[in-house]
Amino acid sequence: MSLLRVSDLRVRYGAIQAVRGISFQVEEGECVTILGANGAGKSSTLRAVAGLHRPSGGSVTFGSQVVTGEPAHRIARSGISLVPEGRQVFGTLTIRENLELGGYVQSASANGEALERVLGIFPAFRQRLGALAGTLSGGEQQMLALGRALMTRPRLLMMDEPSLGLAPIVANQIFGILTEIVGSGIAVLLVEQNVHRALQVASRGYVLELGEVVLEGTAASLLADDHVRLAYLGHGMGEAE
Amino acid sequence: MSLQELLQQIANGLVVGSVYGLIALGYTMVYGIVRLINFAQGGLYEVGAYLGVFFFTLMGKFGLQYPIPAVLITLVISMTLTGALAFVVERVAYRPLRNAPLLAPLVSSLAMFFLLISVVQVVTGAEPLTYPSVLSPAPLHLGPIVLSPTSLIIFFAAILLMVGMQQFVRRTKVGKAMRATAANREAAALMGINTTRIVSLTFVLGGAMGAAAGILYGVNYGTVTYDMGEFGGLVAFTAAVMGGIGNVPGALVGGLTVGVLSSFASTFLPNQWNEAIVFAILILILAIRPQGILGERVAERA
Repeated sequence: MSLLRVSDLRVRYGAIQAVRGISFQVEEGECVTILGANGAGKSSTLRAVAGLHRPSGGSVTFGSQVVTGEPAHRIARSGISLVPEGRQVFGTLTIRENLELGGYVQSASANGEALERVLGIFPAFRQRLGALAGTLSGGEQQMLALGRALMTRPRLLMMDEPSLGLAPIVANQIFGILTEIVGSGIAVLLVEQNVHRALQVASRGYVLELGEVVLEGTAASLLADDHVRLAYLGHGMGEAE
Repeated sequence: MSLQELLQQIANGLVVGSVYGLIALGYTMVYGIVRLINFAQGGLYEVGAYLGVFFFTLMGKFGLQYPIPAVLITLVISMTLTGALAFVVERVAYRPLRNAPLLAPLVSSLAMFFLLISVVQVVTGAEPLTYPSVLSPAPLHLGPIVLSPTSLIIFFAAILLMVGMQQFVRRTKVGKAMRATAANREAAALMGINTTRIVSLTFVLGGAMGAAAGILYGVNYGTVTYDMGEFGGLVAFTAAVMGGIGNVPGALVGGLTVGVLSSFASTFLPNQWNEAIVFAILILILAIRPQGILGERVAERA
């Protein structure tokens, strides 16, 4: 049975139908990416799964639980963690407080262990635990948002545009860490504008256009697909990187 | 004005200012979480003061007249009941409008304010009520300053409550959840925090602080009137803005500042000028520091 099963999901903002009945699955420990242009409905999909926006139709099943329409804090407690677009760290709180809030629903001892593990992944934060999150650079904030999400011990980590607005070298670091996370057995659902990077870390992908899935397949088959190459990779057959 | 008079005015101002600071705490905490000026706070302050008279008198009838236990029991019961009332205010006047434009809950909180003081007026009549005198009225001489023991206790009780609230918000897990909700409500929900409950809690705590202020005011000045919520609510709102709205220590600083300013104003000018002076200085401070004395422009969301 899949870890996450989304069927016929519909999301509407007022008169605008952002997601028009899409279905997809994420298996235990798998990294899946959702590709598509701006406005294709990628972020809306993640927000609906996370409970930040109530779907107008369809169902979301996580493990054996139907979580459709549950409030965000319940979905977070069930083991789904979203790193939202634009990081959304708690700017007026310290790095330590941001991370501890990730472990909000756990016991103090579990929280302590999780903090050690997260600081092992992001050693640069160890010396700066008292710094206000609002004073960090964009890349550091992205790492903090990722660390904070890992503090919740998710079974499914959803990331919305993790490299948006970051220098390529910082984006590479983030993707390096993401690869490690996938390697550690946490399932990842990734939305990313850099299609090439996304298909390197993911094993499967779905292509969204105007709120509908137009293409799905393994990362290799999508990388080889003419439509994907032309529309999202910006080059045709045989062109160099 | 002699130095002695000056010090005396400062002392008087600090006592009344500590009460304003407690009311202001309610405004500033709610504003910090939901970006709403909850005008009902002035009404909650008044309701708390009247519940105080009621329970004091009731305890007197049962023979409990030892001042300190009577004050403490009255405080706890009235703060709890007023907190419950603030919970209802949030449910009725804020929650149904939380996705509406900001003006809508602002107006409904103003409506709640008028509703609360009207109910007090209808239930008690427009006559002022007298607080039983709790402590011996013999004045204390502190160097050149003369203060009643009551006002000294009021001052320290108000400061204690404000510092306690600040420590609660800074140090406890729930306090952290409140600050997270204030900084970014969606992200807080993603951490598993029930932000709806945090909003409720903030209204309740703000209402309880308002009630404490009402009782301390009544104990200190001896009478409560059905319109005390108007002046107290407005001045405390000023104090919250002056200190830096959304900032918990700012409520204390703003309250004390307004208290001392109005105390000076009443020395130099006829009483009618009191409010005019306080608000003129508010305008002046905001012209220089729009974010308030302790407010800061935080570099958030880079």
